[in-house]
Amino acid sequence: MADLYSIEALRLSLADMTAKPLFGAAPHIEILRGLSFTIPRGAVVGIVGGSGSGKSTLGRALVRLLEPSGGAIRFDGTDITHLPEAALRPLRRRFQMIFQDPMSSLNPRHRVATIIAEPLRLHGFDAIPDRVARALDHVGLPAHFASRYPHELSGGQRQRVGIARAIALEPDFILADEIVSGLDVSSQAQVLNLLERLVGDLGLTLAFISHDLSVIRRLCQRTIVLHRGEIVEDRPTADLFADPQAAYTRELLEAIPLPDPAQVWT
Amino acid sequence: MSFLSIRNLSVRLKKGQPLLRRVSLDVSAGEVRGLVGESGAGKSMIGKAVLGILPPSIEVTEGEILLDGVDLLRLPPALRRKRIGALAALIPQDPLTALNPSHRIGPQITDRLVDILGWTRANADARARELLSEVQIPDPDRVLRSYPHELSGGMRQRILIASAFAAEPKLIVADEPTTALDVTVQKQILKLIAGMQTRHGTALLFVTHDLGVVSKVCQKLSVLYAGMVVEDTSVADFFAAPRHAYSAALLAATPKYTDPAAGLQPVPEAVIAAVQAEVAAFDRRAAHG
Amino acid sequence: MAEAKAIDGRSLVRRRAGLRLWLSASWLGLLCLVALFAPWIAPKDPLAQDLFLGRLPPFWMPGAEPGYLLGTDSLGRDVLSRIVHGARVALAVALIAGTITCLIGATLGLLAGFLRGWVDMIISRMIDIWMAFPPVLFSILLIAVLGPGLVSIIIAIVVIDWTRFARVVRAEAMAQGAMDYVASARVAGRGRPGTMVREILPNVLPTIVVLLTLEMGIAVIVEAILSFVNLSISTDDPTWGGMISEGRTSVHQAWWVLVFPLVTLFLTVLAFSQLGEGLKDRFDPVLR
Ligand SMILES: Nc1ncnc2c1ncn2[C@@H]1O[C@H](COP(=O)(O)OP(=O)(O)OP(=O)(O)O)[C@@H](O)[C@H]1O
Ligand SMILES: Nc1ncnc2c1ncn2[C@@H]1O[C@H](COP(=O)(O)OP(=O)(O)OP(=O)(O)O)[C@@H](O)[C@H]1O
Ligand SMILES: [Mg+2]
Ligand SMILES: [Mg+2]
Repeated sequence: MADLYSIEALRLSLADMTAKPLFGAAPHIEILRGLSFTIPRGAVVGIVGGSGSGKSTLGRALVRLLEPSGGAIRFDGTDITHLPEAALRPLRRRFQMIFQDPMSSLNPRHRVATIIAEPLRLHGFDAIPDRVARALDHVGLPAHFASRYPHELSGGQRQRVGIARAIALEPDFILADEIVSGLDVSSQAQVLNLLERLVGDLGLTLAFISHDLSVIRRLCQRTIVLHRGEIVEDRPTADLFADPQAAYTRELLEAIPLPDPAQVWT
Repeated sequence: MSFLSIRNLSVRLKKGQPLLRRVSLDVSAGEVRGLVGESGAGKSMIGKAVLGILPPSIEVTEGEILLDGVDLLRLPPALRRKRIGALAALIPQDPLTALNPSHRIGPQITDRLVDILGWTRANADARARELLSEVQIPDPDRVLRSYPHELSGGMRQRILIASAFAAEPKLIVADEPTTALDVTVQKQILKLIAGMQTRHGTALLFVTHDLGVVSKVCQKLSVLYAGMVVEDTSVADFFAAPRHAYSAALLAATPKYTDPAAGLQPVPEAVIAAVQAEVAAFDRRAAHG
Repeated sequence: MAEAKAIDGRSLVRRRAGLRLWLSASWLGLLCLVALFAPWIAPKDPLAQDLFLGRLPPFWMPGAEPGYLLGTDSLGRDVLSRIVHGARVALAVALIAGTITCLIGATLGLLAGFLRGWVDMIISRMIDIWMAFPPVLFSILLIAVLGPGLVSIIIAIVVIDWTRFARVVRAEAMAQGAMDYVASARVAGRGRPGTMVREILPNVLPTIVVLLTLEMGIAVIVEAILSFVNLSISTDDPTWGGMISEGRTSVHQAWWVLVFPLVTLFLTVLAFSQLGEGLKDRFDPVLR
């Protein structure tokens, strides 16, 4: 089986509580409208798209934080589309997600060490303090940060704690939701180097949600462009940049601000 | 006279570790100053100091923060809060934690207008709707009735931008306000910010790590390393020829999508070592004098 | 660095917060000791009447008798000794009723807010129905049915006040449940009970502590009110509420019989409410 993930006609709708009538059920809004794609083992796939196009929702479906309303998600040959939580639990170590909002994804009343160690403990890892230290080192945080609380970190440092927590588990797959957008370019480069190393050495598979096309271009062999819950392009990244097909993709490319005052936006 | 003028601001952990080292910078009315620097350099700390929201474990040890000519640090806390509330607003770095999870979006934008500025409910609601469409949020009415977790990351961030602009403050501290936005929306928002800011003459302190964004909206730029301003310059000069080796390295590390080979490299170790030596020299001087 | 001083005024505010915790904890600590050792501390037998010593004024006023520091009531019972013994009832009610109310209310609130669904439906309905009863009437009714006594008071407080905890904790747990760290615990493979205890509970704990101390203060007041209307324990045992009620009738002749228990009651309730806030300021890592 070469594909780690295969997704067929994935649909997902959520209850729209804002339109809920006083009595009766809320109407559903369709957020993902029939997505099909595969993620081969060891691949790095970029997912781009406008704000609200459903990228994070897709991510949450892939790690089964949300249950799809239609279609199928197969992970390493197992159909996980409707698998109940108890059956999912043994699989959970193998697919991880790094969340978009770093502060809210870290428990404010746990120290960094606990935040990274807890998942390890749950999955019965040994030598946990070593692993925590190694994970912190990987993401470029000094060891003494282990005793800090999340609110004692800067935005980028929090984001790196989230990354450390995911990689410490040595998963097969990581869904990274906008994880470098809060980092300066130098730290971005470090994190990207780290991810590339993990992909190369450990055979990690990565789905990388980002709006930063420069990062996507650097990291991902293939890119999926999402627009209003549908896939508008799914091609090798180089082709996408050389010759964008969808009007939306072209728009995205034009809107990138170059570090150059001479470029003037119309 | 600049609207916001920070003079020699030093901030440290109560345990003793310095976080800001004699930071000075100015933002005039109608001007946008960019603030860049690596993660953890103290960019948000400057914003928090200006708005008087430093956490209790952190203290200001020297300096002045002049807001419209008055030193905030020497005002009694109640007066300080009042003055800041009337003149300044923050677009915070963490969109989700900055919104109250158990309240709908609408009141979170309008309550301040009604309670503090004495607007009528109807006016405030209308203003909120208008602002949300200005920040390109489709279907503002639905969003106003939503809870924060029902919105995408980019929507939350735009809501915070909208509510910062709602009361038309004279100074806005924007802490990485577009990190969760895709580039097309980011472009609209940056234009919007520039527009509002020239219309109302707002002074804007713009924290970011994206030099591309700096080149589009800022006129002035401060580069921060380990809580120390290593370069304070105009944006035109910076892109023509950065003066400090660290800022030059930062610029060189910035990717350009037109040139995939360029950028996205860590800042070279030699440059880091040099600037760290500068910081150490500063600390030695401070310890002696 | 030549010992730098903080130049903004915030450390002053912190010191004041620390003082608050200190004062309230000392008062309550003192009260606990007094209650525990009441028989040894009280200078007189709180029940001993002596009609010749009726309405003695406190020690600094003319006509005071040595040994009766805070004077006596109309039956000649020593006010100080009665306050000291009254502390036993007050504190017992505060600690026992407060803790049980907190345990029941907070657990139900946590379950409702975190599990949602039908659990929430049932608990929320229960809260709504409960809240429809006027509490004072409810408590008087309950005591009338159960008969007066310490246990009845405690039961009445628990039965009436658990909704206060349940409501607040439910809302808080719900808000926390929407945070990504909860999702993140799920991705890490943590089950629901574990998430509730290890992730959500530490985040609602500060609120629970504040509510708990408030509830203890409320329990003291409720006990006093019930004594005041003569529904508490047997009228012989000294209680602060009972003393206030008796003192009220003779306030013009002997104000001290009313004022001293009233002040003690007030300080105790105040101390409880300040203790919660103080503890939160001092021990919540997020506020430090
Ligand atoms: N719990 C929910 N209930 C109702 N609607 C929701 C919920 N979660 C997300 N949505 C809606 O789904 C849409 C897609 O959201 P999603 O978070 O997947 O977007 P995104 O592509 O990640 O955007 P961004 O780049 O801004 O983070 C949005 O319109 C959002 O309002
Ligand atoms: N409450 C705190 N206690 C201790 N250290 C803190 C606290 N808050 C921030 N820090 C430290 O202060 C430094 C500056 O933080 P700040 O948030 O200003 O960084 P930043 O420049 O905004 O970085 P980023 O781009 O990652 O947001 C960081 O090294 C951080 O770890
Ligand atoms: Mg998202
Ligand atoms: Mg920051």
